[in-house]
Amino acid sequence: MKFGDISELAVRNLREAILRNSLTTLGVAVGVASLVAMLSLGVGLQQFASKKLSSTGLFNAVFVASRSEMGDFDRSRRNAAQNAAQPAAPLDEAARQEIARLQNVTEVYPEIRFMTEIRYANNPYPTMVAGVPESARADGAFDGMQGTFFSGPAADEAILQIEFAKELSNDPSSLIGKNLVLRYAERQALANSSARNSSSKGSASSASGGFSVVPHEQQLKIVGIVTTEPGGGFGGFGRSRVFIPLQVAQTLSATEVNDLRSVLNGSSANRDYASLTVRVKSPKQVEAVETTIKSMGFATFSLLDTTRNLRLFFTVFDLLLGIFGSLALAVATLGIVNTLVMAILERRREIGVFKALGADDRDVKQLFFAEAGVMGLIGGVFGVFLGWLIGRALTFGTNVYLARQSLPSVDISAVPVWLAFGAIAFAVIVSLIAGLYPAARAARLNPVEALRYE
Amino acid sequence: MTGETNGTAIRVESVSRHYQMGSAVIPAINGVTLSILTGEFVALLGSSGSGKSTLLNLLAGLDRPTSGAIVVQNRNLAEMDTYELARYRSQIVGMVFQAFNLLPRMTLEENVELPLRLAEVDRAERSSRVREALGHVRLDKRLAHRPSELSGGEQQRAALARALVNRPSILLADEPTGNLDSATGEEIMLLLKQFNEALRMTIVMVTHERPLAERFAHRIVTLADGKLISERGANGGAKQ
Repeated sequence: MKFGDISELAVRNLREAILRNSLTTLGVAVGVASLVAMLSLGVGLQQFASKKLSSTGLFNAVFVASRSEMGDFDRSRRNAAQNAAQPAAPLDEAARQEIARLQNVTEVYPEIRFMTEIRYANNPYPTMVAGVPESARADGAFDGMQGTFFSGPAADEAILQIEFAKELSNDPSSLIGKNLVLRYAERQALANSSARNSSSKGSASSASGGFSVVPHEQQLKIVGIVTTEPGGGFGGFGRSRVFIPLQVAQTLSATEVNDLRSVLNGSSANRDYASLTVRVKSPKQVEAVETTIKSMGFATFSLLDTTRNLRLFFTVFDLLLGIFGSLALAVATLGIVNTLVMAILERRREIGVFKALGADDRDVKQLFFAEAGVMGLIGGVFGVFLGWLIGRALTFGTNVYLARQSLPSVDISAVPVWLAFGAIAFAVIVSLIAGLYPAARAARLNPVEALRYE
Repeated sequence: MTGETNGTAIRVESVSRHYQMGSAVIPAINGVTLSILTGEFVALLGSSGSGKSTLLNLLAGLDRPTSGAIVVQNRNLAEMDTYELARYRSQIVGMVFQAFNLLPRMTLEENVELPLRLAEVDRAERSSRVREALGHVRLDKRLAHRPSELSGGEQQRAALARALVNRPSILLADEPTGNLDSATGEEIMLLLKQFNEALRMTIVMVTHERPLAERFAHRIVTLADGKLISERGANGGAKQ
């Protein structure tokens, strides 16, 4: 029999015992729903964790430093003889632009962090200030903060870390909207002549031009207070207590720690960055980008191994969830076997008529096989929808609970396309396997005995 | 494989069919030899348990002989595999049963179409073939009716149409009038006679109604206890 005829007869046969077949199909749907709900939780939690971790900027970032200054930064090269032999490339603006042009690199920004004195209510508070790139607005690093992110990339505004804000005021939230004064040491390049004149005092500065340090003040408006440390202590603006727009920080040209080191090693003529943070499209591309940057002569650092372990953890987690979810589907397949065996008993005479009219064993087998497949397909489609609904319900329930705890809402379930189609295919395959025995049994029926059956 | 002589539609050579019932062996058919000519109308007569239905099932390829050969179109059914037997049932023979055996959930059109589906006839061709077959039995206006909406005679006529739709050369009928009153039975017999004469179709009919057999069949073959005990022309004439 042709495939179209087999399918048509299979659907017709299923419609004849609509209640029993619907219940069996519902069993498959519940099994698939259980599988999909479990895996949607796994996928959802993975996405949630990935989003939260990527918001820290740790997993899609490569931290770059000059090899001469940060030899220890790159452990793999720390003891390598070639490290000493190869001249260190300067980590300057040209290097930043070159790295920014690499494939899959979305952003490259320098670490600008400097010691300063904050004056508020006529009291001095020494602390560390960091420049924050505009991209931090969207990547979630400042999620959950009080107040707002900077109004623009060049706004004279500041965001305070909560502990620092508590030092300024007993009521930190009252600080929002108020001004503070940033006192810092501005780096001003010396003219070449004066550098030459001062050469007798220090060979390093004479050779490289040198710079002078001039105190300056900058008034900033407090726009936000952040409770967690953005960046988790890594990459540029971590370990600081006052955050200002990166563009503002660059304009201030404040003296940084590495400026003093530049003076000592005689490279202060051109201003180099202490380090660069390179944002990559996704954690998967970190390794390739990191390798390329290393080949450019810089020291690099990333949390690549950590992301690998994270992926391994979620793979195992999803596998276990899938196994538990499949148990219900396994039980549902027994329902298919039962239904089809019942159908053989009921349709014994019909099978005899089929054979008398020219059906061979294969036709009968394919017919029962198709009936199992159709139940699997319908159950699979309905099950995916049901599983998605269960995932939504779990997310809703979780968010109600989180709202009561005054915590932000989360999305803990997700049904990506591969899961939906994979679950339907799995349901069909499992149903076909369940149909193997009934189909073989129906095909083996003796037509003479089947025709005698009342 | 045994060859087929000219004009012979079916040759049965020393066919036996024994059933194992526990340790006992029941001989349903025992050493039957019979030749049926192309276009012949043969009635198999006999009492219950005489083996006539068993012989018909063997001729239909629904069952296999324990020994002997059944030769149709130069091929021994006993040597065919299940797939070849299915093709034989689909293309060479048509079957009519006492209980009609129409599928109750299908319409007449669908019932008659079923052998065409099994023979993988193109969908475009099926409709005309179904109408033609139902036209032969004057049921072409009842296409959408289900078997339960028809009388016994109409159901048997529909079953006849189903048996004819693949244009078989042999029609095997197992007590086709057994469930019908005499008038309706006669109507069915007239149809069988018409197919036999107009389409030169070979017909083998199992019946226990001797008068009908004598009126319509060319030859009456009588079985008893699985053996062929007589073979004669329907009106007592010589064996054909």
